[in-house]
Amino acid sequence: MTTAAPARTSRLSHLVSTERVYRLGLAVAAAVLALVFAALITSLILLITGHGPISALHHMIDYGTQATQISAIINQATTYYLAAIAVAIGFRMNLFNIGVDGQYQLAAILAAAFGGTVALPPGLRQIGIIVVAMLVGSFWAGIVGVLKVTRGVSEVISTIMLNFVATGAIAFLIKPSNLGHLYGENLTTKPIPSSGQVGGISLIPGSDVKVYGLVFLAIGVGVGFQFLISRTRFGFDLRATGRSASAARASGVNVKKMIVVAMLLSGAVAGLVNMPELLGNAHNYSLSTPSGIGFTGIAIALLGRNNPVGIVFASLLWAFLDTSSNILQISNIPTSIVSITEGVVVLSAVVAFELVNRYALRRQQRKVGRELGLTTPDPGGPEAGGTGSEAVPA
Amino acid sequence: MTVRDASAQAVSALRADRRLTATNAAVSRMILLTLVGLVAISVTRIASDKPALTSGGVLGAAINAGVPIMLAGLGGLWAERAGVVNIGLEGQMILGTYFAAYFGYKSGSPWMLIVGGLIGGLIGGVLHAIATVGFNVDQIISGVAINLLAPGIAKYLAGIYFTTDKALASGGGPTQSPKVDVFNAFDWHGADRWLDKLTAHHWFVVSDLAGGVDAIISSLNAFTLIALALVPITWFLMRRTAFGLRLRSCGENPTEAETLGVKVYTLKSTAVIVSGVLAGLAGAFLVNYTGVYHEGQTNGRGYIGLAAMIFGNWNPGGLVLGSGLFGYTDALQQQTTTATVHALLLLVAIMLALAGLWAFAQRRVAQGVVALVAAALVLVWYLTTDSIPAEFATYSPQIITLFVLAVASQRLRMPAADGLPWRRGQGA
Repeated sequence: MTTAAPARTSRLSHLVSTERVYRLGLAVAAAVLALVFAALITSLILLITGHGPISALHHMIDYGTQATQISAIINQATTYYLAAIAVAIGFRMNLFNIGVDGQYQLAAILAAAFGGTVALPPGLRQIGIIVVAMLVGSFWAGIVGVLKVTRGVSEVISTIMLNFVATGAIAFLIKPSNLGHLYGENLTTKPIPSSGQVGGISLIPGSDVKVYGLVFLAIGVGVGFQFLISRTRFGFDLRATGRSASAARASGVNVKKMIVVAMLLSGAVAGLVNMPELLGNAHNYSLSTPSGIGFTGIAIALLGRNNPVGIVFASLLWAFLDTSSNILQISNIPTSIVSITEGVVVLSAVVAFELVNRYALRRQQRKVGRELGLTTPDPGGPEAGGTGSEAVPA
Repeated sequence: MTVRDASAQAVSALRADRRLTATNAAVSRMILLTLVGLVAISVTRIASDKPALTSGGVLGAAINAGVPIMLAGLGGLWAERAGVVNIGLEGQMILGTYFAAYFGYKSGSPWMLIVGGLIGGLIGGVLHAIATVGFNVDQIISGVAINLLAPGIAKYLAGIYFTTDKALASGGGPTQSPKVDVFNAFDWHGADRWLDKLTAHHWFVVSDLAGGVDAIISSLNAFTLIALALVPITWFLMRRTAFGLRLRSCGENPTEAETLGVKVYTLKSTAVIVSGVLAGLAGAFLVNYTGVYHEGQTNGRGYIGLAAMIFGNWNPGGLVLGSGLFGYTDALQQQTTTATVHALLLLVAIMLALAGLWAFAQRRVAQGVVALVAAALVLVWYLTTDSIPAEFATYSPQIITLFVLAVASQRLRMPAADGLPWRRGQGA
C-alpha cells in the first residue's frame, strides 16, 4: 500500500502532463479550424459579391509584409494585446469585463491631461502618466466589482452601462472649459512635452514607422499575467473561483474580495491600452483617439483562449487583418470585409473550443479510468459525455 | 352534483378570481404610477416654467424615440424569459436597419421595409440560437460576437449595394442608404386641432394630458401601431397560453420542464429567433423614422432596450414604462435646451420625495430616509444650477439603469435559469 501510492501518483502526474500537451494540440487545431472556416465564409461572401478571394488575400499579404506595415502591425497588436489581457484577467475568473472600452478611454484622457499639465522630471513623468492611467482604469472597473459584491449587480450590465457613461464623461471632460484645448479645429488635451514621451525603436529595418517603445510594457504585462496566474496563490485562487465559486468558497477563498481585486487588476491593465500610442505617437487625447478597442480585446482574448501566448498570435492576426485590409480599397472591395472575417473567426472559434472541450473531457474520462484500472461505466453516447462537462460549472 | 364536483368548481372559481385580482392589482398599480407621474410632471412644468416639458412636439419625439427601445427590450424579454441572455440585440438591430433600408429602397414600399427588418433580425437571431442553443456556447460571448459581426456585415453590404450608380444618384453612399419610402403619420383632417388649443392654455394636468394625446395621435402610423400591439400580444402569449408557460418554464428550470415533456431546445430556439426578429424590427423602425439607413444609427439602443427590460423587471408592462422614460429623456435633450432638461432634476426630486413618503407609509424607515435625503440633495442641485451638462443628460438612461440596479436589485427578479448554459439530459 505504501509503495503503491507514490507509483500511482507519478503515473497520474505523467498522465496529466501528456494530457496537457494533447489539449494544447486540440486547442490549436480548433483555432486553425475556426480560421479556415472564417476564410471559407469570407471567400464565399467575396465570390457572391463579385470579387476574387485569392487575389484579395494575395494583395493583403504583399502589402502586410512590407517593412512599414509590419511595424504598424506590431504597434496595433501591442494595443490589442493589452486590451485582450485586461479582458482575459476577468475571463479567467468568469467575470465578463465588457467595460474595458470605457475604462481605457477614460484612463487615456485623464492620463493625457495629467501628462500635459503636471511637470515631473523626465522618467518620473512617464511613470506618473502610466500610474494615473492604471488608477483611473482600476477605479472605473472597481465600481463594477463593488456593485457586484455589495448589490448583486451583474457585471455584464453594469460594464455596458458604464461604457456609455464613460463616453459622456469624456465628451464633458474634453470641452475647452475643462481639460480640452482648441488647436485650430482640433479639440485635444494639452500635448505631453518630449520629456514625458517614450521614443520608438527601429525594430524593422527599412520601415518608415518606429515600433512603440512601450511594446516592452505589453510584453511585461503578458509575462506578469502568466506568472500571476500560474505561479502565485492569488492566481490559483482566481482560477479556482473561475471554475467553481462555491468550491473555492468552501476551500477558504474570499470570493467577494477576489471579484473586486480581479476587477481592479483588469481595469488597471485596461488603463494601459492607450499608453503605447499616447506616449509614443499621439502625445495627446483627442476625439480621433481610437475607440472600440475594448470590444476587439474581447474577441482576441477569446481566440487566444485567455492564454498570454495565444493572445500574442491572436492580436498579431487581428492587427494584420486590420492593417492590410487598407489595400483592398484599390480593388474596390469594402475594407469592412475583414470585420466579417473577424466576427466569423470569433463565433466559430468559440464553437470549435466548445466541441473540442467536450471531446477532450470524454476522452480523458475514459483514459483515466482505463489507466488506473478503475471500472468506470462507459459513458453512453455523446449526451452522457456532455453531462459530465456540465457537472463542473464553467 | 356531488360534493367533490362542487368543491372542485369552487376551487377553480377561486383560482380564476385570484388570477383576476392579481392582474387587476398590477394594472391598477401601473395606472396609479402613471397618474402620479403625470401630476408630478405637471407640477414640475408649472414650478419650473418650462412648457416644453409636456409639449406635443417633445412627447411625439418621445414616442418615436421610445418605440425602438421598447421593441429591442421586447426582444430581450423573449430570449431571457426562455433563459437565454441576448446581448446581441444591438447587432441584430444593426442588421435590421441595413436590410430594412435595402428592401425599402429596392421595392419602394414601406411594407417591404418591415419585411427587411424582420429578415435582418432573423439572421442575427438564428445565429445566436445556433451558437447558444445548438452548440451551448456561452451566451454573452455569442452576443458579443454578433455585435462584432453585424456592423461588419452592414458596412460591407452598404459599401457595395448603396454605392451603385443608381443608389449614388438618389443619395446613397458607403455609410448611408438612399432615401426610402416610409409610413407616414395618419392624417386626422384637423380633428385634432382642439387639442392644440387645450395645450396652449397651460392648465394644470389637463393641458399636459392634451399634449400627450396630441402627441400620440399625431405621431401614429401603421408601424407604430404594429409595434405597440406587440406588447399586449407578448403579454398574452407569455401569461395566458400554454406556449408561454412552457417557454417561461425553460427560463426558470429547464431540467424540470424537460421531465414534464417540454421541448426545451425547440422553445429556446424559437424564443431567441423571435428575439432577433423583434430587434430587427426595432432597427426597421429607426429607418422608418429617419427615412434612411446610416452607419452607427442604432447608437447603443439595443443595450438601452436591454436596460429598459431590466428596469421593467422582465415584464412587458414595466418594459413599456422603462422605454417611455428613456424615450422621453432622449427626446427632451434632443428637442429642447439644457435648461429644460435641467427641470428634470426637479421632477426627480419630487419622485424621490414621493417614494420616500411611500416607504415611510410602508414602515420601511431606512429606505424612506435615504430617499428623502436624496430628494433634498437633488432639490439643492436643481436650485443652485441653471443647466446640467448635456453630455450626462444624453446618457441618463444608462445612469438611471445603474442606479435602479444598485438600489432595487433585490426587488428585481430575473428568470431563475437566465443565462445558464443547458444541455439535454443535464439533470440526470
